[in-house]
Amino acid sequence: MKRVVLIPVLLLVLVLAGCRLGGDGEVVLGGACAGQVATGITPDSVKVGGIYPLSGPASAYAVVAQGVRAHFEHVNAQGGVDGRRIEFVVRDDAYQPARALEQARRLVLHDRVFALFQTLGTPSTAAVREFAGRRGVPQVFVATGATQWGADGEHPWTIGFQPSYTAEARVYARHLARERPGARVAVLYQNDDFGRDLLEAFRAAVRGTEVSIVATRAYEVTDPNVQGQLANLAASGADVLLNVSTPKFAAQALAADAAMTDWNPLHIVNGVAASPAVLKAVGVAKVQGVVTAGFQKDPGAPEWADDPGVRTYLAAMARHVPEADPRSQQVVFGWAAAQAFVRVLERMPCPSREGVRQAMRSLTEVEIDMLLPGITLSTGPGDGFPIEAMRLARFEGERWVPFGKVIDTRS
Amino acid sequence: MNAVAAGRRRVAVGQVAGDRRQVWPWRRTALAAVLLLAAALPFVLPPYRLFQVTLVLVYAVALLGLDLVAGHGGQISLGHGAFFGVGAYTAAVLISRVGLPYPLTLPVAALLAFGLGLAAARPALRLRGLYLAMISFTVAVVVPPLLKRLSGLTGGAMGLPVPTPDDDQVLYFLVLAVTVAAFAGVRNLTRSRAGRALLAVKAHPAAAEVLGMRPATYQAHAFAWSAMYAGVAGALYTWTVGFVAPDSFGLALSITMLAGAVIGGLGSLAGPLIGAVVVLALTSEVNPAAPGLVSGALLIVVICLAPTGLSGLLRRAAGSLLRRRS
Repeated sequence: MKRVVLIPVLLLVLVLAGCRLGGDGEVVLGGACAGQVATGITPDSVKVGGIYPLSGPASAYAVVAQGVRAHFEHVNAQGGVDGRRIEFVVRDDAYQPARALEQARRLVLHDRVFALFQTLGTPSTAAVREFAGRRGVPQVFVATGATQWGADGEHPWTIGFQPSYTAEARVYARHLARERPGARVAVLYQNDDFGRDLLEAFRAAVRGTEVSIVATRAYEVTDPNVQGQLANLAASGADVLLNVSTPKFAAQALAADAAMTDWNPLHIVNGVAASPAVLKAVGVAKVQGVVTAGFQKDPGAPEWADDPGVRTYLAAMARHVPEADPRSQQVVFGWAAAQAFVRVLERMPCPSREGVRQAMRSLTEVEIDMLLPGITLSTGPGDGFPIEAMRLARFEGERWVPFGKVIDTRS
Repeated sequence: MNAVAAGRRRVAVGQVAGDRRQVWPWRRTALAAVLLLAAALPFVLPPYRLFQVTLVLVYAVALLGLDLVAGHGGQISLGHGAFFGVGAYTAAVLISRVGLPYPLTLPVAALLAFGLGLAAARPALRLRGLYLAMISFTVAVVVPPLLKRLSGLTGGAMGLPVPTPDDDQVLYFLVLAVTVAAFAGVRNLTRSRAGRALLAVKAHPAAAEVLGMRPATYQAHAFAWSAMYAGVAGALYTWTVGFVAPDSFGLALSITMLAGAVIGGLGSLAGPLIGAVVVLALTSEVNPAAPGLVSGALLIVVICLAPTGLSGLLRRAAGSLLRRRS
């Protein structure tokens, strides 16, 4: 009986599908920008959504959102972007990809945001990417270094920000080839997309040079510690240790390396784990001379004390988000990415989602205050990597001290 | 232990307490109103709300299955989140790796979950008592890490995006059709010989066995059917959400579903629908750090104030309204 009713109902649906009271809520432009979608943007406001792990295992990264918020409030206090106030809506995904997608759906369909500014972490970004692409919503400057965001032609709506793991691996490879020809490298890496991405890029970058990889050991994120892997790597007698790991394991590896007094390789720790807090937890005396690569200014460093960009940053942080730690690299990262997003909004040819996509994919040497001098944003057709240069830094005293020139991995 | 053995009339908690003779008075009217509302919703609601309503229907199918075990069978399953996940992953892998059209994934997910349910229930029910809860708990614990390990097939911890139907209204009606069929199926099942046998086994296993019903057989089949419902709901979930990840189908989902079933009301047809709204609210409206806290508190309140769940409360309210009028 019920089925009999249902069949005509289903047929009716096929006829009516697409009809909906109030339409689907998207704002479509006319005139010169005809057909482009301008949902979430008006002459005096623009609504932007971000998804961060405010709770859960990766909640240490939640402070990125503080830097972003500080910059947007700073811009709003100065009159907004071309008169538009930025309204920034933050959602929590607890670092779960399924939840990230759910929050993206809510931001786009319910809160009607103009664009998604940042999803944090490779799994969450990958989960949201298909949805953003299908709905034609820009997913701008995602907070993850996976190489796929830039190299992928199928998802034009998604773009990364920080140097990719490939670029980082190239920086280390070039430094070693130039400064330590004949180096024998041992690699500790996390056995997931992140670790393998960096390892493979490093392998490709040292091919054809005198640098050789003599040992690799993987660990799982579920492993209790990495001491066994370190002992294995030490047995290889390598003179460089490349530490490709997330903060907890990086600290364990640094401590284990320091404990082995008969093995003293040059210890390179990847940028993901190079927060001074991680190194200080190991003990400052034990990590002197450790090397990493970076691209941001350290707001606490004496060399930037008179830098106007850093001063603006510190003043704005103190005013808008006083509870945040302005010296945290994650907060700086959020601020820098937010400034880059503002630059993109300024460069939109039309105030539409298509305009954002066009602007974020045609940046030429855009300067950002909190990036190291000589590091700028450039993108273009086929190039979805905004930052591709880095500078090496050595841990001296209680902080990272940059050394050498900026290494541009494009050339 | 039970009413007869104890020699006194004691009302069993759950299905019978409080609503022994009380039935919902306006059955046809309510059914017609609900169906009319369900048919009108997609043309009225904005896309995000429609998505949420579709998810409510999905969870309602899963809770219908859980109700077969918990409400009609009187057993506890802590593994329905995992069966739900098996169904979801079956559909996801078939769609994105094999390229099967998505309606065809439904029967496959159903069969697989049915088989798994039967395999899990047979040994557990022979041992009786809490063993079913234990074994289903094991299933809930084992499935997510297993999905992460088989990363070649399932995409590992990163999850698996699935191309979904573009039109959310068509999708809604597909899910609605499956949900209506699922409700009709449970209604017919519980009124059949097997359904009465299940009730008898729940009320007094020894007496039921004397009357020629093998408790283990009926309960194992009820569990397998209920796992099948969870698997079907999982496939619908994949169509709706378009993404699966192992952490979505952990123990937390199983417990949330059980809480939803109890809060909605066990052993009734309206219970799963109301419970599904609760599950949706707990999984997506509440802060991700708090669902355990909220569902626990809600569970205690409901058990204290309305032992037959929210649907029982509604029935009692309707009953007292009628009595007052007459």
